[in-house]
Amino acid sequence: MAGMAEIVSLQEAVAQLVHDGDVVAMEGFTHLIPFAAGHEVIRQQRRDLTLVRMTPDVIYDQLIGAGCARKLVFSWGGNPGVGSLHRFRDAIQNDWPAPVEIEEHSHAGMANRYVAGASGLPFGVLRGYVGTDLPAHTATIKSITCPFTGEELTAVPALNPDVSVIHAQRADRRGNVQMWGLTGVQKEVVLGARRAIVTVEEIVDELDARPGAIVLPTWTIDAVAVVPKGAHPSYAQDYYERDNDYYRSWDAISRDRDAFLQWLEREILNGAGSTA
Amino acid sequence: MSPSTTDWTADEMMTVAASRALRDGSACFVGIGLPSTAANVARRTHAPDLVLVYESGAIGSKPPSLPLSIGDGMLATTADAVVSVPEIFNYWLQPGRIDVGFLGAAQIDRYANINTTVIGDYDHPKVRLPGAGGAPEIAASCREVIVVVRHSKRTFVERVDFITSVGFGSGPEDRERLGLRGGGPSMVITDLGVLEPDPDTAELTLVRVHPGVEPDEVRQATGWDLAVADQVAVTAAPSERELEVLRDLERSSAGAS
Repeated sequence: MAGMAEIVSLQEAVAQLVHDGDVVAMEGFTHLIPFAAGHEVIRQQRRDLTLVRMTPDVIYDQLIGAGCARKLVFSWGGNPGVGSLHRFRDAIQNDWPAPVEIEEHSHAGMANRYVAGASGLPFGVLRGYVGTDLPAHTATIKSITCPFTGEELTAVPALNPDVSVIHAQRADRRGNVQMWGLTGVQKEVVLGARRAIVTVEEIVDELDARPGAIVLPTWTIDAVAVVPKGAHPSYAQDYYERDNDYYRSWDAISRDRDAFLQWLEREILNGAGSTA
Repeated sequence: MSPSTTDWTADEMMTVAASRALRDGSACFVGIGLPSTAANVARRTHAPDLVLVYESGAIGSKPPSLPLSIGDGMLATTADAVVSVPEIFNYWLQPGRIDVGFLGAAQIDRYANINTTVIGDYDHPKVRLPGAGGAPEIAASCREVIVVVRHSKRTFVERVDFITSVGFGSGPEDRERLGLRGGGPSMVITDLGVLEPDPDTAELTLVRVHPGVEPDEVRQATGWDLAVADQVAVTAAPSERELEVLRDLERSSAGAS
């Protein structure tokens, strides 16, 4: 990747950079989840995506229910603090609206896959998975012997998504992106990606210092789009709080196929919305 | 009106018992739900210096109310340190820096192996559960693991359908054979009592019942022939202070929504 990020609309960013069949990672660990971008992918009716995400919570429940996914690479699929993801379950248990293949890991495994991807290495290494049934069902978990100590460790292949999508608090006019608070795996997922889209709350003249902030330089990103409240119903520290009621209300909407389809029609396909 | 010490639910007893298991000054890897509630009760009662570590990257959080998710804003803004997710697993959990890991379970067997992945066959599941999250490595690497789960035959099963997180595998030598560095489950706290692994066989054994519960009730709620200690102790009922703190926390959480 070279050159500065283009500052474009979200609609343009998704149209230009997300293609049918792509491996797409939308990250944000509870904080700064790029919901608005997920909704735009649904609106543009992308299909056959391999969706990668540690916690495919409500955002991927929506994409799966809308029929965008062919495969899911993940480590925890629930509605945090609420319960199950019903669209995710319906796809896996009943192939609705389409069968979804799964590649299942642990958080530590996924985190190390992203680190390897950002590092330009073929795999990451960790002490993990040993004794569990995961290696028997997931081909991307292998044993490896440490060449120095002889210890048996676990190797997991790098994740290098075709497109990574994250949300951040802000960018400057050149497209340098700044985020703070819980920053999850967002640095790794952008640096490991072939293409990267960042939605931000606002564009400012100067990125003044914030405690604990990280900056992703403009030349690591392809497109920056300004989407205020683009992480709703998750939150953006110092901008807005997590909308816990949305997560709670998602349970009833997602439990029922018709209620979900009505939500999809009303809030996404016919609206600009990110409200439940 | 202050709560009466005879007026409490089995779930409250379970949460209070879990909070008491946390030693002041220890570092505790906290999942959302009951573990987070128990840890926050402990921090407000006997363990003010308990270090709450959340997998979202918040270390030493002091949340003023109960968070709904493991990444709520208040966890970061009240933390001693905020780190990335790769860092929390690689630098903090993996090297054995965390004293206690708290886990829940959809199924658990006599060696405290835990399933949170699927009920039924993996490829054609009867119920697809959320999956592993941080649990496999929490179970492997924390100095000890405390499991908190409601007691029923559906949950306490002869064989788990899927091993998501290893307890003692198939017996006392397994953790060492597998190279797991943490000590494994030290207790399983339920709404009926407390099970601990037998020091010789590693099999979960009923060592304590909550007030009003008979050991036989616990055996009947267990899907295998549950071992019972020669002397079964009785948990001290929740104190007024513990109940007050617990109920305040739950109220503040409900009010925050």
